[in-house]
Amino acid sequence: MVIAGLIFVVLGAAIYFPILRRRVKRAARLQQQSEEQARRELAQPITVNPGDPRVKTKLYWASDAIDSTLVPVTVELPLANDPVLRSKQVLNTLLAGPVDVELRTLPPDAVLLAFYLLPDGTGIADFSEALATSVPSGIASEQMAVDSIARTLEANVPQVRRLKILIHGQEVETLAGHLDLTGTFVVATKPAAVPVKPAVAAASTEKAPTTAPVAAPAKLTPEKAPGKLAQPDRKP
Amino acid sequence: MLLDVRNVIRMRIFFLAGTGSLALAGAAMVHSAQSPAQASGAPAVTSPQVGASAQVAPPFGAQTQRSGLNIVVLDPAHGGTDPGARGTGGIRESEIVLDLATQVRRALELAGFQVVLTRQGNENPSFDDRSATANAQRGAVFVTLHISSTGLPGTVRVYVNSDLAAVMEANGLIPWDRAQAPFLGLSKKFGDLVQGMLVQRFKGSPDAAQTAAVRQIRTTAAPAIAVEISSIVVEDRAELDRMGPGVADAIARGAAAFKPSYVVANVPGTLP
Repeated sequence: MVIAGLIFVVLGAAIYFPILRRRVKRAARLQQQSEEQARRELAQPITVNPGDPRVKTKLYWASDAIDSTLVPVTVELPLANDPVLRSKQVLNTLLAGPVDVELRTLPPDAVLLAFYLLPDGTGIADFSEALATSVPSGIASEQMAVDSIARTLEANVPQVRRLKILIHGQEVETLAGHLDLTGTFVVATKPAAVPVKPAVAAASTEKAPTTAPVAAPAKLTPEKAPGKLAQPDRKP
Repeated sequence: MLLDVRNVIRMRIFFLAGTGSLALAGAAMVHSAQSPAQASGAPAVTSPQVGASAQVAPPFGAQTQRSGLNIVVLDPAHGGTDPGARGTGGIRESEIVLDLATQVRRALELAGFQVVLTRQGNENPSFDDRSATANAQRGAVFVTLHISSTGLPGTVRVYVNSDLAAVMEANGLIPWDRAQAPFLGLSKKFGDLVQGMLVQRFKGSPDAAQTAAVRQIRTTAAPAIAVEISSIVVEDRAELDRMGPGVADAIARGAAAFKPSYVVANVPGTLP
């Protein structure tokens, strides 16, 4: 009788265990999905704390004077000191676009999903698919989009040395058929004295009007090499 | 590796007939067997050529010192399911550049060059395939042809790749994914020459070649430039077609002017 009972319990357990395991797995998956969703929802609004000190922020948009070049526009924004938060704030402002919509460099429907900063100074910017699907296809337009991101980060977040662009969390081959996104872009074009130089640059723009044309790094000259590809070692 | 995984899966199925704990052990084995497969599969996603042909031999081996520039590989961008830039009137970059390539080809052949096209019709070879067409030649330059979506209509821009850290492996081979690195200096020279010819015909174009991270140039082991005409937003395709002969002539003249410079680079290791 006891043995029969034990056999019954063991058989019951053997049948029930795989079912239980499947349920646990499904629950774990559901939790993962909702976390992902929550992260995306949190990432979207422009995180600006009005208590942060207002600082002169340089945003690189298209020039209305010179074809296919960028110019910095200086605006005062309350920016956080934390480099990741600060990067999100400036990139969200860049995505929001200039007053003149003709001078946008990034599509209006593109969203910054996440921004990470690795200890070596590589900033990883994860954009929604709209960045790739809505940016005008072409070498000039795609390079302008990436340059505006890289130059804006350089001007405002000295901790970011390089930039890696992801689309919806994935590495993609090109932005919209032309520009290589498999490597990283050089953000910090001035190698030395990182904390000093941006202050000097900011001081010089104070004298100039808000849309001071052609600050040196904005020009797409080979000397400045704004979209430099510094590729990590990828051994086959 | 694939066979191993399949074996383990079969093991799992077999054990499933037994108790749940054994099934778990089988699942764990599947997982551990898959992770190395994924790890080694990852680079292949970004560079399909990775594998046996992941590296390209430098085109200027000691035995090929004689070769100068005699081949131009023309790459009409996009094609197939990828139309490239699209204009309001339904014009497609992929179609215009194919017609342009025919004109450029004629001009180059008249100047004495042999021309190889990366696509003849409405196909869409991969970026690596386009590079491979150029990398298979000796004494070649690579010109990829584009129409932009933006910019001042009636202008033409030449692009060379942005800086790439040059890497030469101990065996003397150049890694596929940065094949352009040793050629950047030559590409810039070639690009400046072509841009110089273009600015004479198309006012408002830049004086010198610009830099951009153009995907198919990065994997090209030859002097390589991109030529982009502005722009697809013209109301009538005829406006772009009228630019064709001028662009073709500028590329042919640029290539002819570049030809003497190409011979200089024939010593391995001294490439700019």
